[in-house]
Amino acid sequence: MARKKSEITPEVVAEHGLSESEYEIVLDRLGREPNLTELGIFSVMWSEHCSYKSSRRHLAKFLTTGDRVIQGPGENAGVIDIDDGDAIIFKMESHNHPSFIEPYQGAATGVGGIMRDVFTMGARPIALLNALRFGEPDHPKTRTLVNGVVAGIGGYGNCVGVPTVGGETNFHKGYNGNILVNAMCVGLARADNVFYSAAKGVGNPIFYVGSKTGRDGIHGATMASAEFDDDSEEKRPTVQVGDPFTEKLLIEACLELMATDAIIAIQDMGAAGLTSSSIEMADKGGVGIELHLDKVPQREPNMTAYEMMLSESQERMLMVIQPGKEQLAFDIFEKWELDVAHIGKTTDTGNLVLKHHNKKVCDIPISPLADDAPNLDRPHTKTAPRDVLKAADIHETQDYNDALTRIMSSPNIASKRWIWEQYDRHVMSDTVDSSQSGGDAAIVRIHGTNKAVAITTDCTPRYVEADPYEGGKQCVAETWRNLTCVGADPIAITDCLNFGNPERPEIMGQLVGAIEGMNEACHAFDYPVVSGNVSLYNETNGQAIPPTPAVGGVGLIPDLHKFTTLTGANAGDTLILIGETTGWLGCSLYLTEILSREDGAPPPVDLAVEKLNGDYVRKLIRNRRVTAVHDLSDGGLAVTACEMAFAGGQGIHLSKAPIEARHGWLFGEDQARYLVAVDKNSVNPVLSTAKAKGIVAQVVGTVGGDRVRADGAFDLSIAELRKANEDWLPALMAGDT
Amino acid sequence: MQTAVIRFPASNCDRDAAVALEKITGRKPLIIWHRETELPAGVGFVVMPGGFSYGDYLRSGAIASRSPIVQDIKAKSERGLAVAGFCNGFQILTEAGMLPGALMRNKNLKFVCRPETLTVTHSDSKFTSKYKAKSEVVFPVAHHDGNYFADKETVGRLEKEGRVLFRYTDNPNGSINDIAGIVNAGGNVFGMMPHPERAIDPLHGGTDGIDLFKSILETL
Repeated sequence: MARKKSEITPEVVAEHGLSESEYEIVLDRLGREPNLTELGIFSVMWSEHCSYKSSRRHLAKFLTTGDRVIQGPGENAGVIDIDDGDAIIFKMESHNHPSFIEPYQGAATGVGGIMRDVFTMGARPIALLNALRFGEPDHPKTRTLVNGVVAGIGGYGNCVGVPTVGGETNFHKGYNGNILVNAMCVGLARADNVFYSAAKGVGNPIFYVGSKTGRDGIHGATMASAEFDDDSEEKRPTVQVGDPFTEKLLIEACLELMATDAIIAIQDMGAAGLTSSSIEMADKGGVGIELHLDKVPQREPNMTAYEMMLSESQERMLMVIQPGKEQLAFDIFEKWELDVAHIGKTTDTGNLVLKHHNKKVCDIPISPLADDAPNLDRPHTKTAPRDVLKAADIHETQDYNDALTRIMSSPNIASKRWIWEQYDRHVMSDTVDSSQSGGDAAIVRIHGTNKAVAITTDCTPRYVEADPYEGGKQCVAETWRNLTCVGADPIAITDCLNFGNPERPEIMGQLVGAIEGMNEACHAFDYPVVSGNVSLYNETNGQAIPPTPAVGGVGLIPDLHKFTTLTGANAGDTLILIGETTGWLGCSLYLTEILSREDGAPPPVDLAVEKLNGDYVRKLIRNRRVTAVHDLSDGGLAVTACEMAFAGGQGIHLSKAPIEARHGWLFGEDQARYLVAVDKNSVNPVLSTAKAKGIVAQVVGTVGGDRVRADGAFDLSIAELRKANEDWLPALMAGDT
Repeated sequence: MQTAVIRFPASNCDRDAAVALEKITGRKPLIIWHRETELPAGVGFVVMPGGFSYGDYLRSGAIASRSPIVQDIKAKSERGLAVAGFCNGFQILTEAGMLPGALMRNKNLKFVCRPETLTVTHSDSKFTSKYKAKSEVVFPVAHHDGNYFADKETVGRLEKEGRVLFRYTDNPNGSINDIAGIVNAGGNVFGMMPHPERAIDPLHGGTDGIDLFKSILETL
């Protein structure tokens, strides 16, 4: 009898994104040729998205522990202790590729996925944030993408009833062919009731809960691990479709079941769906798993084992249930009208065994899927350093009113009201501050208490592009500074590392440099990374995005009687600038917006000074010495002054501008700086304490009136500046620009 | 006074409403699952909370309005039970036929969330007695389908009978006659798109909503 011709040709292996050497390992570990289902499983588990094969060895360098860390990276999300038995569970994740192909569903399912990562661990989601990067405003696709992404984020979060409280939105030509949609979710749990994914025991029932499995999203993880080309839109069928209604029911049902002792382990089905959820649970618990695919709730008839295992249908959970508690679980899920099925059990074989139509369709050892996943040391080259520019050598505008108006209406500074008004920021009734104020960090009260978490997302890609190491430091430092601005103790971060093709040494160099810079800042602030994700291959036709390591920071405000925003300045208050101003214009918004230049080294971050200054500002807030605080970042002192004036409704007079290089003083982006408003009686104590601590602090102006002015530079009414700031995005979206 | 909040699948302001009622009455409201067929004895005021019951599938509020508990509430409201629906709750009340008109998609087709200034049209109602007539209050709005519409005759009747209790000063959704909240002919069933239950706390949305709850609770 002739031997049956193999269905696993080299072409099939290549289509699954496995290299020849990776396939050799598969053959070695199995001791035979895999069937198509098995190949598909190896393919997704060893994809960049699931295995972190290019980044794993570098991520391992991160500071991941600390006094308040309950769970660092490696679980669905990070967990930190916020006292009184409360824990915050949070993570940020990318959904870039799907959002570019189908913006509404791509963004919506990004929000849904990150919420599942958080409630899987036993937390009720209490806040959402989004870090968005779009292409040039006038690029033909930009408006459609902004429209779809914003509607998708709102459509999902609003329905589930979790407030979207903050985030950031940038526009840059570097994202024309590859936008970034990074969603962050923050949840609240009891520290003694956190759920993990490690399966335990033998013979324990495995339950499937949530939406039925369909053919959507098959190979989404592989798609997220490849570059785009002009045919990418043909990949639309691999984008999943979200159902926020089912997600809301899942949250309530899971939290209800979690209040009992029925759950041994739980894992959401995210990227690579049933495959990665079952393998991760089994691998962490050191057990085997046997699943009967006929029992999986299916949306379409005649689905194959391959399709079921690789489907990325949304709103699905897998759990190991305590024997004897099956009926309790059924009752709760049926109350919430969710599909639920007992689809398998844990075993002692160490293998993943799948049965379908009474046949064994997969039998592979689990540990190689996880442990032997490729861990590459890709070559990386350091980004060449750029020249340090001196303000004196940079053209000074002759029309400061025009320059300030242009900067306030520039894409990255202009008000994003058009976006955040489409997000419910108040549901759950604990939002103390949100995007609405334009403040540094969102403030969300811990329900029923007088404490709050402060949350922010930040990244300045143009700095990272210029110098990945300094830029990486800056991303972390800016979140730390923003949390400090509202009086919070910064605790930990999550990150979303968005980069181009890691097979190119210069891109890999950006990734390695950024991670090292970020880690340096984490150590300086004792501010660990507890969760995150890596998104590589953000390229279209060989053009990589600017390196964008988005950072989400979380801090604790222990007493809501002692916090500050940028809104509280009173007429007659004095403005003190904390931190040293050298007039750093390299890589600044002034350069890009006024001079159409993107050159120069970015501002360095002196982490010791950053910590010294921030700790002092936080102390001033706790001692109620300041009425308003705002950090200095994009656009420098001038932009900070305008934003403080918009939020508080009081004018600002900057009276200490130097004669020379005034543009550097007003628009320079030196780090570690804060503008604080203080009652006039507090001026001397604030200055003298700063001096004693070795902190640079100087009076720069006063609060009052209805204009924002700087002597010898600009003088504009709040109303006209506000109009410039508010009108830009609605005009863009209406197609008026 | 015993109050109750009805919980539908994907209600999401049920907790907000419960917090508001507890803060004002000093007593936790009952949370009633939509499949219940009868309100417990002694419930004097029912809130239909905001949210996206049944995902807004079919039409906002349409499926929830067919829930068993709504039939009992409707029957009891005809005998005077006080009921208020906020946001999705208002949509459910119109779908149940307990209030006239319908809530259509916002005029600009986008979800809108912002603090909204409303005028209290008069204080001669069970839901506005604690406010000064013509005073302005700020309640947050957060909805996609808040564009109130009714035929000319119905709107005329609402206006003539003083049943429009709140009006937008800067209409966010295209509602006819800037209508933000209305009451039934009996004066005991009230619906509005804005969220008074999110305006009971100086740290969150201000406190202008408190008097709405005080007004109705005082009558009971």
